[in-house]
Amino acid sequence: MAKKLISVTVNGKSEERAVEPRTLLVHFLREDLHLTGAHIGCETSHCGACTVDIDGKSVKSCTHLAVQCDGSQVLTVEGLADKGVLHAVQEGFYKEHGLQCGFCTPGMLVRAYRFLQENRNPSEDEIRVGMSGNLCRCTGYQNIVKAVQYAANKLNAATAA
Amino acid sequence: MIPPKFDYHAPKTISEAVALLGSLGSDAKLLAGGHSLLPMMKLRFAQPGHLVDLNGIPELRGICLDGNTVVIGAMTVENDLIASETLRERVPLLCDAARLIADPQVRNRGTIGGDIAHGDPGNDHPALSLVCDAEFVLQGPNGRRTVAADGFFLGTYMTQLAEDEVMVAIRVPSFAAGTGWAYEKLKRKTGDWATAGCAVVLRQSAGRVTHVRIGLTNLSQTALRAVDAENALLDQPFNEAAVQRAVDAAVAITDPAEDLRGDIEYKRAMAGVMVKRALHTAWARSA
Repeated sequence: MAKKLISVTVNGKSEERAVEPRTLLVHFLREDLHLTGAHIGCETSHCGACTVDIDGKSVKSCTHLAVQCDGSQVLTVEGLADKGVLHAVQEGFYKEHGLQCGFCTPGMLVRAYRFLQENRNPSEDEIRVGMSGNLCRCTGYQNIVKAVQYAANKLNAATAA
Repeated sequence: MIPPKFDYHAPKTISEAVALLGSLGSDAKLLAGGHSLLPMMKLRFAQPGHLVDLNGIPELRGICLDGNTVVIGAMTVENDLIASETLRERVPLLCDAARLIADPQVRNRGTIGGDIAHGDPGNDHPALSLVCDAEFVLQGPNGRRTVAADGFFLGTYMTQLAEDEVMVAIRVPSFAAGTGWAYEKLKRKTGDWATAGCAVVLRQSAGRVTHVRIGLTNLSQTALRAVDAENALLDQPFNEAAVQRAVDAAVAITDPAEDLRGDIEYKRAMAGVMVKRALHTAWARSA
């Protein structure tokens, strides 16, 4: 049960830590690195509140071992804004009222960020499928879809400019 | 929920993984995508002393061709099945069905080999493997062996994969021209297991069924191949009467467990609906 030394880059910052093999990535982020954006929701990979990005793929960090991230690049919601300027997906959720209680929001934002890299011009149906691994119990999803559309438009306008 | 303590091993080759299984014995479990095993460990349904992580073994991933057979590395994730041009061209059933499994994040981790080797009757790839006449390549201390999907699934969480073996690849024959296919999966929500599921592969000639495979998901202790239902259709004209005989024969072999997805009567009724829909879809796609 010896601890393992891992090197992982989180939001662009190199971290080296000794972790117990059983430490889940979400606990590593929250308790060792004090990045509490990724939330612990269902703990069984259904709700998506713990979604982070590992090496360019959306992953549920409650069902991933920290030790498996050795050598990886991890992005959490804390890494989305650039020098205090909200990322387009964050601005979209703010402008379109894509949240109410906010519990699901960090997972929604990180998933939306990755989804819009996978599909720059998504239809509404594609957004609903692409975001289907994230549950929200407040808003009924309509405003979340609008928020993702807002972000898609803003990102595309920035690319065109 | 945090899993119980275990020692972690990350082999770089299949041989290393097999050697670890040999030296660690029955206290070791293979870790694939982890989306069944880790939740089971959190709930203490599984408490292995050692996890042998297969994620660092590149030779277990990827999709390639061996003649007319598609060879899918056991650690290939569901999203890579969906994205594979080779698979889309040759066994489109597996691309379509993978879209119905779990959700986008889970499909980045969940693997075809893990889905099969776990032996959970709620998993989708067992029935899909049955209808595709797939074979599984298993590597153990005495080398490799290949076993057919039909007969591989022995019971809930029990398969022919031995404790000291690693599933290396899934071999799937390319569909012949004109093959029809379908996977119908009734589920309550994205990410749920099937309330009832049915996979069909069929071929026809001049309005008669010349080849048919029917597989059932989450309707018994294992995935089922509905052989009597297939025989009700084989060499027959495809019409409502033949379809109904097949539906009845398929439902007759189901033995679902009552759970929050429904009681037994409901699940068996839905099994019939899934079989019927899958047969019609597959027929419409066949030529």
